[in-house]
Amino acid sequence: MTKTFATQLLAALLLAPLAATAAPLSDQLASYAAAAKSADPAFVGFSAARGKTLHTQAFALGKPDTPACTSCHGPDPRGAGKTPTGKVIEPVALSATPGRYADPAKVEKWFKRNCNEVLGRACTPLEKGDWLTFVSGQ
Amino acid sequence: MKIPVRPIVLAGLALAFSALVLSRAQAGGSHFFPPVADLQVKEECGSCHLAFPPSMLPARSWQRMMGDLKNHFGDDASLDPGLAAKITDYLVANAADNAGQRRGEKLIRGVDASSAPLRISELPKWVREHRKVPDWEWRHKDVRTRANCVACHADAERGYYDD
Ligand code: HEC
Ligand code: HEC
Repeated sequence: MTKTFATQLLAALLLAPLAATAAPLSDQLASYAAAAKSADPAFVGFSAARGKTLHTQAFALGKPDTPACTSCHGPDPRGAGKTPTGKVIEPVALSATPGRYADPAKVEKWFKRNCNEVLGRACTPLEKGDWLTFVSGQ
Repeated sequence: MKIPVRPIVLAGLALAFSALVLSRAQAGGSHFFPPVADLQVKEECGSCHLAFPPSMLPARSWQRMMGDLKNHFGDDASLDPGLAAKITDYLVANAADNAGQRRGEKLIRGVDASSAPLRISELPKWVREHRKVPDWEWRHKDVRTRANCVACHADAERGYYDD
């Protein structure tokens, strides 16, 4: 009881600067932060640098066609990507596609699909938070 | 006397342009498959690939496909059940054998009534239409898969498949 409250408070404090801007995204980050904290008490915050590594690293643990996030999203987060079936994907950088990440259910849906395709498993709340922190700062 | 050259050129250009658009629309008229008009279907079925026109497969195919979105050609395209049901209704209502689409009816000709093919690109008529496409073209890095209709049919998003 007190522990969850403390985590939530911590999350709120950590994300206070973001809360002023996009509400759904910052709420979602707050809930990832709470989950990351309860998975690892040493968690102190998300990292855009870790998010960048996640985005660009070749894991090759999922589908052969898609070893990395960049397989579909392209090397430049501010540039458009392309699916293996030829569909253009708007840039992941929030600055380049301003409407992005405003619908938490949509964000979760694509984490679920794409983490599985690249990493062969679900992403952790820490990974999701890091990645969102990376792209929303781009 | 001063001839107003610019207005004449502009009018000429406008005429040429509308003639072009018109001829395209006419050429497309016979190979037109109405694109998905429903925004939710466009969003959910048009993010990984072109939102394929519902009139390209029979209703039973859409029902079969929508029954197993978790294993969708190796991808997980699953949706919450309410939304999946709505999308199924749309696809079925506009299917090749339901909507009175002459083009769609032709495209699924030769499909056994007891089978429910999941690929447009494996319909007998589709295969026949594409038999002249050379192997290297399918393997080209900008094509890569038969499902990438837009690579060759530049106007596919708008429903035209005649380029
Ligand atoms: C997560 C990505 C994804 C989503 C979402 C998705 N698809 Fe697909 N779809 C694929 C892949 C991958 C293929 C196989 C492409 C290939 O053969 O190269 C495919 C193939 C197809 C094909 C067969 C194409 C052919 O070869 O003729 C149809 C039809 C189709 N999808 C319909 C749908 C419908 C309807 C929806 C919405 C309910 C949908 N798709 C949503 C990834 C997706
Ligand atoms: C590699 C290039 C290529 C790809 C990819 C491709 N097509 Fe085609 N398509 C062609 C060519 C070439 C023709 C023949 C045009 C002709 O004979 O006039 C054709 C013909 C057609 C026709 C018949 C139109 C007519 O004029 O009779 C239809 C319908 C069609 N394609 C649909 C599709 C669909 C749907 C897809 C994706 C699932 C697709 N095509 C993918 C090259 C392609």
